[in-house]
Amino acid sequence: MAEVQELVVNMGPQHPSTHGVLRLVVQLDGEVVTKITPHLGYLHRGLEKLAENKTYAQFLPVTDRLDYIAAVSNNLAYCLAVEKLLGLEVPRRASYIRVILAELTRIVSHLVWLATHALDLGAFTPFLYCFREREMILDIYEMYCGSRLTTTAFRIGGVPRDLDEDLQKKIEEFIDIFPSKIKEYESLLTRNKIWLKRTMEVGIISAEEAINYSLSGPPLRGCGVEWDLRKVEPYCVYDELEFDIPTGRGVGDTYDRYLVRLEEMRQSCRIIKQAFEKMPSGKLMAEEAKVVPPPKEKVATQIESLIHHFHIMSEGFNPPRREVYQSIEAPKGELGFYIISDGSPKPYRMKIRVPSFANLQAIGKMCENGMMMADVVAIIGTLDIVLGEIDR
Amino acid sequence: MNKEEIIKTIKEKFPEDIEEIDKTIDLTIKVKRDKILSICKFLHDAPGLEFDYLVDICGVDYPGRPSRFDVVYHFCSIKRKHRIRLKASLGGGEFISSVESVWKAANWYEREVYDLLGIKFDNHPNLQRILLPDEWEGHPLRKDYPLVTDEGEKWLEEKLKTYLPEEVVNGKL
Repeated sequence: MAEVQELVVNMGPQHPSTHGVLRLVVQLDGEVVTKITPHLGYLHRGLEKLAENKTYAQFLPVTDRLDYIAAVSNNLAYCLAVEKLLGLEVPRRASYIRVILAELTRIVSHLVWLATHALDLGAFTPFLYCFREREMILDIYEMYCGSRLTTTAFRIGGVPRDLDEDLQKKIEEFIDIFPSKIKEYESLLTRNKIWLKRTMEVGIISAEEAINYSLSGPPLRGCGVEWDLRKVEPYCVYDELEFDIPTGRGVGDTYDRYLVRLEEMRQSCRIIKQAFEKMPSGKLMAEEAKVVPPPKEKVATQIESLIHHFHIMSEGFNPPRREVYQSIEAPKGELGFYIISDGSPKPYRMKIRVPSFANLQAIGKMCENGMMMADVVAIIGTLDIVLGEIDR
Repeated sequence: MNKEEIIKTIKEKFPEDIEEIDKTIDLTIKVKRDKILSICKFLHDAPGLEFDYLVDICGVDYPGRPSRFDVVYHFCSIKRKHRIRLKASLGGGEFISSVESVWKAANWYEREVYDLLGIKFDNHPNLQRILLPDEWEGHPLRKDYPLVTDEGEKWLEEKLKTYLPEEVVNGKL
């Protein structure tokens, strides 16, 4: 009789389908996975330590480097957390602009997910299609804030720039054509036999297990749990906008999560459309002289404003001694900032609750029940992890 | 449940073990370290509370205090749609119970707290470093750990000595 030997395969950290520098040690019995051990930390930059040594305003650009695919969401979560700490009210127009840009980010993030996920599973065309549309949104970002990926799109207390007419026209154009593009992706994948075979009943996790493993975002909704922080604990102006929470077929497999994300892209278009209709005119930054620097024109012409600006930029502001936790529904799940303030201009401790960290932990559970080596690639793709935010 | 009802339910069950309650912004309850597991089990199972979702575990270092560390838990109930923050403090050499048996998600969170702050958890199935390499010395998020060290340069020097001829290292070539 032939001797049976367990095979240990090392996958990553430099591997195209681990979506970054994730290393997995996979134990195999033939082609079937028996155990999977993720090794993290290859992108650890000590951002939480860095946060303790920067003022609140200085840390804002660093948040771009968490989930670098969806930088605007990180900016939003961080700004909301600091505003909660300060008790700062943001003008309504600024909140609407935030919602519009954050929903565009959700679309960008899901496009990159669909592109790479489909590519991992052997479908090349969706990759080209998705990056074509992603380019349009990146152009919109560039028009808004000058950069395409590391946006730093918001400020503590509001937004730095208005959506002018050109930009508004460009976003509306995109929203008009994008649903037809989703149809294009669907025509390639949703009823494609190979796609169905690779995704259906792969990486199943039940609703109870998903909650116990603290999954959030599309992986949680894919199990049929209707949980979306935009609805449950509305922030910005989400309580004034209408949208549905997709939950898939309720099986909790890779195909369900695919359906959820596609529908979320459609809902994002719907939200942006409404936001444009309801957006009031008005101020862009809160009026709180101790936190918000004076407008640039005044800084350039008046000495008092120049001094004021210098004070806020170099010394920062002193929030009250307290602690807050604020989370948002980022494209990948619950993204939260827990800030402890000791009254100084720098946070005493900042903990960033990232969705990918908890989502990745469930990979062991999802790889149970006779998943094969090729399914591991599908499961990494469907979790939609970004190592920038896992390792921090 | 609103904040008052949550406080009342927990107070009824654990009248002796609550040290502090703060409800100004987020509901925060500070409890005794040795009761953390039974309180967590209660939060998870008690009808009405049902905190089925562990949002986050975070460690905080206060070097000036007699019990140096805080472990901060954030819980959320998907069924009841409410949140709570639980805190427990412990000294440098002390242990705190792992809550991995209640929420599976605690496994990695506790490993991260151990890795970055050196807080040790009792009955954890696999308490190893998660972000830093296994042979790393020190715990970076402690307040006495420096922000900038020459560790990287030292490492590079060592490697250069091992792999390059002496003349190159000394800059003579």
